[in-house]
Amino acid sequence: MLLAPALSVSAVLFTLGVAGVLLRRNAIVIFMCVELMLNAVNLTFVALAQQLGVAGQLFVLFVMAVAAAEAAVGLAIILAIYRHRHTVNLQNINLLKG
Amino acid sequence: MSLDLSNYRDLALALLPELVLTLAAVVLLLVVAWRHQTRADLRVAAWVAWWGLVAAAVAVWWLWWNTARAAVIPPPVHPPMIAVDDFRFVADWLVLGTAALTVFVSFDYLERESLLVPEYYVLLLFATLGMMLMAGGEDLMMIFLGLELMSVAVYVLAGINRRSAPAAEAALKYFLLGAFASGFLLYGIALAYGATAATNLTLIGVQVTTLGLQKSTMLLIGLGLLLVGFGFKVAAVPFHMWAPDVYDGSPTPVTGYMATAVKAAAFAALFRVLGEAFGAVPAWREIVWWLAVITMLVGNVVALAQRTLKRMLAYSSVAHAGYVLVAVAAGTPAGAAAFVFYLVAYTFMTLAAFALLAAKGRDGERDVRIDDLAGLAQRRPWLAFALAVCMLSLLGFPGTAGFIGKWYILVAATQSGQVPLAAILVLASVISAGYYLPVIMAMYMKPEPFEQAHGGMRLGPLGSIAVAVSVAGLLFFGVRPNRLLDLARTSGAAVRPAPAATSGGGARPTAPKLAGN
Repeated sequence: MLLAPALSVSAVLFTLGVAGVLLRRNAIVIFMCVELMLNAVNLTFVALAQQLGVAGQLFVLFVMAVAAAEAAVGLAIILAIYRHRHTVNLQNINLLKG
Repeated sequence: MSLDLSNYRDLALALLPELVLTLAAVVLLLVVAWRHQTRADLRVAAWVAWWGLVAAAVAVWWLWWNTARAAVIPPPVHPPMIAVDDFRFVADWLVLGTAALTVFVSFDYLERESLLVPEYYVLLLFATLGMMLMAGGEDLMMIFLGLELMSVAVYVLAGINRRSAPAAEAALKYFLLGAFASGFLLYGIALAYGATAATNLTLIGVQVTTLGLQKSTMLLIGLGLLLVGFGFKVAAVPFHMWAPDVYDGSPTPVTGYMATAVKAAAFAALFRVLGEAFGAVPAWREIVWWLAVITMLVGNVVALAQRTLKRMLAYSSVAHAGYVLVAVAAGTPAGAAAFVFYLVAYTFMTLAAFALLAAKGRDGERDVRIDDLAGLAQRRPWLAFALAVCMLSLLGFPGTAGFIGKWYILVAATQSGQVPLAAILVLASVISAGYYLPVIMAMYMKPEPFEQAHGGMRLGPLGSIAVAVSVAGLLFFGVRPNRLLDLARTSGAAVRPAPAATSGGGARPTAPKLAGN
C-alpha cells in the first residue's frame, strides 16, 4: 500500500508548481509549472482511485484532455503576445497597470 | 414531470437546453468555417448565435413549465450528474440572457472596430454552454468540465482582437491565472474525493454527515482549495489581481460578458457546491465571511482611486462580488433568495454600463475618463439617463433593482445574526458613492468641454435595444420586485443538502475513511 507516499509526493509536486508560478517570470515556464500542478493532482487521483473506485481514474482522463486543450489555447496566446512584444517575460509585459 | 435519469430518453430531455445549444454552436462553427470574410458573414453568425440562445432558453422554459424534476434513483445506480431543479433553470436563463444581450452589444461593436471574426460568436456559445453545465452540475467532474469549457473559450475571447497589444496581454494574464486557479480547484476536488470517496455533490454531503467528517483535515484542506479556485473565478479579494487588468485590456463587450456571465456562473457553481456538498461543514462560513469583508472594502476603496471608467467598473465588479458573498455567507433560505436576486440585478446593471462604455470609446475604450462624459446629458439625454440609472443601481439607490437586491442581502445577513457583515456592507456602499456619483455629476452638471465632444458616440440599434431592456428591467424590478423575488426564493430553496435518509443508500457502505494525509 503506497497511498501515503503517493499523496505526499503529489503534495510536494503541487507545492513546487505553485512556487514556480509565483516565482518565475517567463510565461512558458509559468505554464509548465501549471502543468506540473495538474499532474500532481492526477497523481493524487490515481493513488486514491486504488482504494476508492474507478471515479478517480476517470477524472484523470478528463484532466489530461482538458490540459491538452488548455495547452493549445495557451501556447497560441503566448505566441500572440510574442508577436506584439517580442518577449514572453512577464516583467516586460506591463501595458495594463494602474 | 418526473425524469428517470437512468434511461436515455429522460436524460436527453433533462439535458435538452444544453443539447440545443451544443447543436447551435456546432452548426454555427460549420457556417463560420465557410463564411468568415465579409461584414455580412459577421451578421449572419450573430443571428445564428442569437437564435441558438433563444432556442436554448425556450428549452429551459419548457422544462421549467413542466416542473421537471429528477426521480429519486435507487442506490445501486450512480446518482445523476446533472441537477434538474429551479436553481439550474434560473441560472441558465441568466447566462443565456446575458449572452443574448452580449450578442446585441457586439453586433455593431465588432463591425465598428473592424473585428471581422465570426468565430467570436462560436466561442460565446461554447462559453455559455460551459456556464450552463457549471450551474447545473451535480458532480464535481461536471462542474470542472463546465468551468474549463467556459474558461478556455473566454481566454480566446479576451484576446480576440489580434491587432491589440493590450488585448493579447489581457488574454495572457487571464490564461495564466485562470489555469493556476483551475489547478487549485482540481486539487480541492481531489482531496474532497479522497476524504469522502465521492465526487457527486449529494453523496459528498451524505458522506460528510454519516462518517462525521466535519473536522477531517483532508476535507477541510480540499474545501479551502476549492474556495481559492472559485475565489479566482469570481474575482474575490485577495484573488482579484487579474481582474482589473484583464477587464481593462479586453474588448468592452467581452469585458461586460466576463464581469457578468462568467461571475454569475462561478457563483452559481460555488453556491451549489457549498450548499449541497458542504452544507454540514461549518468551516466555510467563516472563510466566506472574511472573503466578503475584504472584497467589499478593498474593491470599493481601490475603485475610488481609478481615473478611467473601464478600470473603475472593473473594481466595482470586484466590490459587487463581495456583496454577493455576504448573501452566500448568510447561508439561510432568505440568503439564497437574496443571492439569486442580486446576481440578476448585478448582471443587468453591469452589462448595460459596459455596453454604454463600448458606445463611448474607441480602440478598447481604455482611455475614457470620467470627465470625458461631461455634458453628455445635453447632447445625448437618453444615453446619459441609461448610464445614470446603471450607476444609481450599482450604488443601490432606492427605486432601482440594485437597491432591492442590497436590501434583501442586508435583511438576510441580519436575520442570520451577521450584523457586523451587514454594517460593513452599508459602509462599503457609502464608499462606493464616491466613484459612482461623479459619473452622474459629470454627465449632468458639467458643460461639454468642446463642441461635438460626444459626436462619435454611437450605440447601434441592437445595442440600444440591449441597453433599453436592461435599464427597463432595473427600473421595473426596482419598483415591483415580487415576481423576481418569488422566482429567486423557489430557485434558491432548491439548493440544499439531501436528507440523509432518502439517498443515504447511494453512499458506498464499504467506502474507507481516510484520516488526514
